[in-house]
Amino acid sequence: MDLTINHFLTMSAILFTIGVVGIFVNRKNIIVILMAIELILLSVNINLVAFSVFSGTIMGQIFAMLVLTVAAAEAAVGLAILVVYFRNRGDIAVERVDLMKG
Amino acid sequence: MELIAFYIFAAIITVSAMAVIAARNPVHSVLWLILCFFTAAGLFVLIGAEFLAMLLIVVYVGAVAVLFLFVVMMLDVDFVELKQGTLEYWPFAGLVGLAFIAEIAIASFARGPGARDVFNPAPGADTNAEAIGAVMYTDYVLLFQLAGLILLVAMIGAIVLTLRHRPEVKRQNIARQTARRRADATTKVSVEPGKGL
Repeated sequence: MDLTINHFLTMSAILFTIGVVGIFVNRKNIIVILMAIELILLSVNINLVAFSVFSGTIMGQIFAMLVLTVAAAEAAVGLAILVVYFRNRGDIAVERVDLMKG
Repeated sequence: MELIAFYIFAAIITVSAMAVIAARNPVHSVLWLILCFFTAAGLFVLIGAEFLAMLLIVVYVGAVAVLFLFVVMMLDVDFVELKQGTLEYWPFAGLVGLAFIAEIAIASFARGPGARDVFNPAPGADTNAEAIGAVMYTDYVLLFQLAGLILLVAMIGAIVLTLRHRPEVKRQNIARQTARRRADATTKVSVEPGKGL
């Protein structure tokens, strides 16, 4: 049996599910939520690269690069917001984030 | 041989991803995340996408994971308190995860066969990086520029968010400094002998 695209799709589905479960499990800890989002984006990247390589078109790898860019930007801005929030409140517990009473 | 390598990598990715979400200490979470990214890069090398693999290490391990590590270590948060009550979330989270994986499984079984098993990481070129470079600066130049713009905006946003001016700290005011003339700063006094100022 050879390496097929199904192997990669199955693995990235498992990784995506672990990321989604991680968001629900660590509902209080926003840092781990951000890490779970990174896991989800990684699984998307694996999917894109696998499709690109197995279908013989380079486009998917370009898209994966754009996903990588957005993931880096998201992490930078998200952590900056976190630092500012911690500076103002001295706490990052998610359930106490209710300044705007939304 | 490839299949064995794939299974090893996949097992490491799965275990380390689980450790990321289950670790008690966020610093350990970040370290598991780094292992996960490294192994994913290995997976990319396995199917020939070397450029993306190196990019993954440079961007994720070199920048994103280090940023996470900085923030986790800088914030003085009681992570043990944040971990309290995690156990009661597990049933719901497991349900959501189960529903999710079932949906994906149904969708993939509904898809008929037809996946090709030959892989070609460098269509129309000798190496993977060459194939990417050939289209990135020609067909997808706008996307490339857009990605740069996104990074610029994120960088400016992060700096603006975290920059703070503390009033008690003395800062250099370059405009005032260069606008200053000799007449503003010095006066000429004729001092009489034996008297002083």
